[in-house]
Amino acid sequence: MYAVFKRELFSFLNSLMAYITIGVFLLACAMLLWVFPDTSILDYGYAELNGFFSLVPFLFMFLIPAITMRSFAEERREGTYVLLATRPLSDTQIILAKYLACVVLMVFALIPTLVYYYSISELGLPKGNIDTGAVIGSYLGLFLLGNAFSAIGIFSSSITKNQVIAFAVAVFLCFFTFSGFDSISKIFELQALGSVLVNFGINEHYQSISRGVLDTRDLVYFITFVLVFFGFTKLAIGGRKW
Amino acid sequence: MSIKVKSLSKHYGQQKAVDAISFEARPGKILGFLGPNGAGKSTTMKMLTGYLAPTSGDAEICGKSILTENLAVKELIGYLPENTPLYNDMYVREFLSFVGETYHIANLSHRVEDVIKQVGLTPEQHKKIGMLSKGYKQRVGLAQAIIHHPSVLILDEPTSGLDPNQLTDIRALIKDLGAAKTVIISTHIMQEVEAICDEVIIINNGKIVANDTISSLKNQYKSNSLEEIFRKLTG
Repeated sequence: MYAVFKRELFSFLNSLMAYITIGVFLLACAMLLWVFPDTSILDYGYAELNGFFSLVPFLFMFLIPAITMRSFAEERREGTYVLLATRPLSDTQIILAKYLACVVLMVFALIPTLVYYYSISELGLPKGNIDTGAVIGSYLGLFLLGNAFSAIGIFSSSITKNQVIAFAVAVFLCFFTFSGFDSISKIFELQALGSVLVNFGINEHYQSISRGVLDTRDLVYFITFVLVFFGFTKLAIGGRKW
Repeated sequence: MSIKVKSLSKHYGQQKAVDAISFEARPGKILGFLGPNGAGKSTTMKMLTGYLAPTSGDAEICGKSILTENLAVKELIGYLPENTPLYNDMYVREFLSFVGETYHIANLSHRVEDVIKQVGLTPEQHKKIGMLSKGYKQRVGLAQAIIHHPSVLILDEPTSGLDPNQLTDIRALIKDLGAAKTVIISTHIMQEVEAICDEVIIINNGKIVANDTISSLKNQYKSNSLEEIFRKLTG
């Protein structure tokens, strides 16, 4: 399994695509955070990172599908999946290896943003006036969110030969699971169903972790979420007719 | 018996791609798998290698069932798929090391070196796979199939699209490998069958129509040309 993980990661790092998508992600982060007046911290007036953490999920909706879209779709198109499937590896190991490679790349994209923590703490009055606990919680939330989106992306990639379709399906599913349930729950706002539906969405759990409180319910939610999409992926791969 | 196939079937909806075929193969012999396009040759091979799950029936590779001991069977088989799919963005050595790692081969760099020498890839070993000519890609395909010393080799049209010089080389290599291993190759070239195979199986519409040595087939159908026999059985 480690061999497949290594191959996946290196093929990302050897291709320009990974650098371009990560570059675009970081550029978008920087522009939204410091330049565009609507979302800029400088115009906002408070030295805190809340704006950043509410924007990144929406950037992740595009970054992560762009990373994951090729994982199975490309193998299907090129017919190279047979090279993996006839090795002494189970489907689960192959899925896990590809998933972990995407997660590592997601972390690579996140690491440079740590510099904003330093900037904000320098901008605070007095210097260093920043809620470190909340920042750690928010990064953990982003990491878990990235895991959930990667699982969605891997699944979308496994159902089609076409990378563009894989990308589009993944973006839709990410958006829907992140904020779709919130919107639906508003329809049933005054009923019990509403508060149940909110809990299906990622946003609710992401917000809860971002507050800096690590609740096992949120952790269980994310783990279940990833496992469910693993299951779907395994079904899609197991019924191969390609 | 290192390969024992017991009424193996694969159905795609109503269509029976492979219809309850049974055969056996022994070590040290090269078995030719013949049949028109769409007869079920590749499907049978894919089932043996564990890529496709059979609809019904079973097969044993060195006494291990492809249904229940899937991973153990995959360790025993070397497989060259049809059209030789390869990761074009990898370097030859990088790719072979990757394949070796999936089998947890000890002393891997040494083994990669040996395999490269064995299939005659030495002059091209530092190139990217995507830049190789068809003949060399085929050699990379063979190298990845034999790197883990499999006792069974399954080669799906290993010589398609090669020039006459490459043909002779690859055939000699297959014949060499066949001395110690069980080899199944599928092909459309009858001269090739006569040149390297000990036994042939002719398959048509998912059923086996002949399973014998070349000489006894010729005796049976009183014909000197395998091509004629093939046309008679599958036409």
